[in-house]
Amino acid sequence: MMPAQELAAGPARSAGRPVVPRLEVEPALVSPDQATCQVKIAAHRLSAWFGAQQVLRGVSLDMPRCQVTAIIGPSGCGKSTFIRCLNRMHELTPGARTEGVIALDDQVVNTRAVDPVLLRRRVGMVFQKPNPFPSMSIRENVLAGLRLTGSLRRGAGDELAERALRQAALWDEVKDRLDEPGLGLSGGQQQRLCIARALAVEPEVLLMDEPCSALDPIATARIEDLIHELRLRYTLVIVTHNMQQAARVSDRTAFFLLGELVELGPTERLFTSPSDPRTEDYITGKFG
Amino acid sequence: MKRRGRASERLFQGLCLAAALVPLVVLALLVGKLLVDGLGRLDWAFLTSFPSRKADEAGILPAVVGSLWLVGLSALFALPLGLGAAIYLEEYGRRGRLADLIEVNIANLAGVPSIIYGLLGLGLFVRALGLGRSLLAGALTMALLVLPVVVLSAREALRTVPATLREGAYALGSTRWQAIYRVVLPQALPGVLTGAILAISRAMGETAPLIVVGALTYVSFLPDGPGSAFTVLPIQIFNWVSRPQPEFLVNAAAGIVVLLVTLLALNGVAIALRNRMEKRRAG
Amino acid sequence: MSARTRKPALASPGRPLRGRATPLGERLLERGLLGSGLLSVAITAGILSVLAVETIAFFREVPLAAFLFDTQWTPLFSEPHYGIWPLVAGTLLTSLIAMAVALPFGLLAAIYLSEFAPVRVRRTLKPALELLAGVPTIVYGYFALVFVTPLLQGIVPDLAGFNALGPGIVMGIMITPLICSLSEDALHAVPVGLREGAFALGSGRVPVIFRVVVPAAFSGIAAAVILAVSRAVGETMIVAIAAGQQPRLTFDPRVPVETMTAFIVQVSQGDVSTGTTEYRTLFVVGAALFLMTLGMNLVSQRLARRFRRHT
Repeated sequence: MMPAQELAAGPARSAGRPVVPRLEVEPALVSPDQATCQVKIAAHRLSAWFGAQQVLRGVSLDMPRCQVTAIIGPSGCGKSTFIRCLNRMHELTPGARTEGVIALDDQVVNTRAVDPVLLRRRVGMVFQKPNPFPSMSIRENVLAGLRLTGSLRRGAGDELAERALRQAALWDEVKDRLDEPGLGLSGGQQQRLCIARALAVEPEVLLMDEPCSALDPIATARIEDLIHELRLRYTLVIVTHNMQQAARVSDRTAFFLLGELVELGPTERLFTSPSDPRTEDYITGKFG
Repeated sequence: MKRRGRASERLFQGLCLAAALVPLVVLALLVGKLLVDGLGRLDWAFLTSFPSRKADEAGILPAVVGSLWLVGLSALFALPLGLGAAIYLEEYGRRGRLADLIEVNIANLAGVPSIIYGLLGLGLFVRALGLGRSLLAGALTMALLVLPVVVLSAREALRTVPATLREGAYALGSTRWQAIYRVVLPQALPGVLTGAILAISRAMGETAPLIVVGALTYVSFLPDGPGSAFTVLPIQIFNWVSRPQPEFLVNAAAGIVVLLVTLLALNGVAIALRNRMEKRRAG
Repeated sequence: MSARTRKPALASPGRPLRGRATPLGERLLERGLLGSGLLSVAITAGILSVLAVETIAFFREVPLAAFLFDTQWTPLFSEPHYGIWPLVAGTLLTSLIAMAVALPFGLLAAIYLSEFAPVRVRRTLKPALELLAGVPTIVYGYFALVFVTPLLQGIVPDLAGFNALGPGIVMGIMITPLICSLSEDALHAVPVGLREGAFALGSGRVPVIFRVVVPAAFSGIAAAVILAVSRAVGETMIVAIAAGQQPRLTFDPRVPVETMTAFIVQVSQGDVSTGTTEYRTLFVVGAALFLMTLGMNLVSQRLARRFRRHT
């Protein structure tokens, strides 16, 4: 079980000061098999509200570098809200707010000193329903992230598009029709297109909110293969309601229930011998 | 008993259908009367002559040119400002008090009679700002008049863009304006264009505010710039309708035919354009 | 969980998190967009001030009592009278005639579209009716003068060439789509469950419509009607062409009258110099018109809000 990390810096929200507090880890609490692993992105005592309704309660969870962390739990347990906090998309909803700390590479990122736009260029997201931009072709979709932020160098487009499409295992299928509209692809292809689009920006973390729930089993299998490849280079956090999927693709799994993190651990251990009875009930299908 | 009920129900249904069709029948009568009266008068000379005291020598050239000038200038002001206001209301100010104030204003302005805008133009542009009875004063007045139309239809268009597209753009690390400019606006373009055409059609057909602002009813020259005196097609028609001689009524009918054909063409282009855009989108 | 020997795609120090991502140009643009929005507030302020300034100046020369209680409107005569009522009467007369036409036609048409029409018919009929709203009002004015009035003169004895009946009827046809469209929305918004409950009790279609659906949609329909009256009151060209220019305090639809809007057009066509009382009459009448339509629009909005809350 991953122990909690103590926050050694100042208050969770700084009032606009440019200083970015640092998160310190007590070395004694790090378990041996993670000794060489750094935490890429972490949440500490994160709570979130939609207006007056609280949906996350003091969640502390860290996601190690180049590993796949899966988040499972029944509907309404707060897992989507959680990852939307990680790239500060949650705050886009009117009336939404958070308390607590989110840190990327030991830098606190959910303060006013940090522009969420910059954060999202390092922490990418893939949504449940594929959302390629309809007014753009496949190539334009892939490069959209760079074009939107104005960081596309002249002439580098084709090369970058090919690289991202190869990483998303889509290149061979679309290399002859890069100028066709993005909507013309199948559901699974569209989702891989969205993954390519997210990868083109070269993030360090990729958040995936139920990426396969709108896809058929074959497309799902291809994306799961893709996840296996991507974890070599990126840190992945996947929300899924499909436990078998979590068991297949992830290194660590977190079980959420009613806005709380109930249990966290290496995937195999969580699924074969969970410590918390609630986890066991969920896994064996007693509810959810 | 059931059968009688059925019969009276059918009768009622027929009555309602008739009620719906009567306005259309009237429209058909209207168009028919116009064509009968005016089509004969319509010829190249009519389109290219200046007004005259002799009905059969009078033409609508300065009126048509004036209308084009007026509509063009108004669109220049109204479209960007209206689109800007719509973007602000839909993308930026969704919860603010300021946004509410703007919304209430736009809703009320849409219901203000057009002649009141004429009075505003007269008091503000013609007199207070000293623009006189110029094209510019007329164009600014019309721009204010059609602004609510542009805002309302642009907002509708922006609303049709699904939230998931915006989220996709934000998740890639784009700022608000980048997301709007590159994702939302291209998607909303057909609707925005429709709104623009609606506004232009409205500006083209309005008469009363321009009379108040000082468009002339007898013009023997072509406007040469925004400061020039002017007339527009509806006012020329109004001038002819107001004359007792029946020959001028014929001129008026011909002028109306030109006006309606222009509006029809404008709207037809808009619809065709919008359909093409939507077809391209659906891939 | 193999050893982490591969480095991530891009090292963190290359992309700092501090600072703002929005360039200055964008932030200025945002201010500009807000400005566009505030323009609407400025327009309202402009209308209010233009009307107010001239109205106040008017009432410095003409006592309010004369305006409200005199029964003649002859501001351009050498012995001017400034009683507003003839103009108001002209406006109300033409508007009431318009509503007498538009209300039954519009409501019945709305009932047809909402309760009887098959989907395909509705899809063609509704936009076709909207077409009527797109026709410039000067076209309707021509029609009233040249077709409707002569037609009516064959039916109604002593119908003058300029009268309230012809333009009133034409105005009614013009605003029928407005009532039809808004009422149809209101009727459509009545929940299906309400209708089904009535049908289940063994009621026929017509009683269901008039006893259940229309009452349930009442505030929505009322909002539509008031909005239509407001539109008729503010209408200018039809009455300017066909109703006449003789202010008359009467409710006889066969004689020439002048509406508030037609008066404004009449005076604007002449040469009126700024600062004269005649010039100010434009704005006084305009202010009265504005207050009337504003009042009606506000009531209509209130009713519409209440309707939305109850469905």
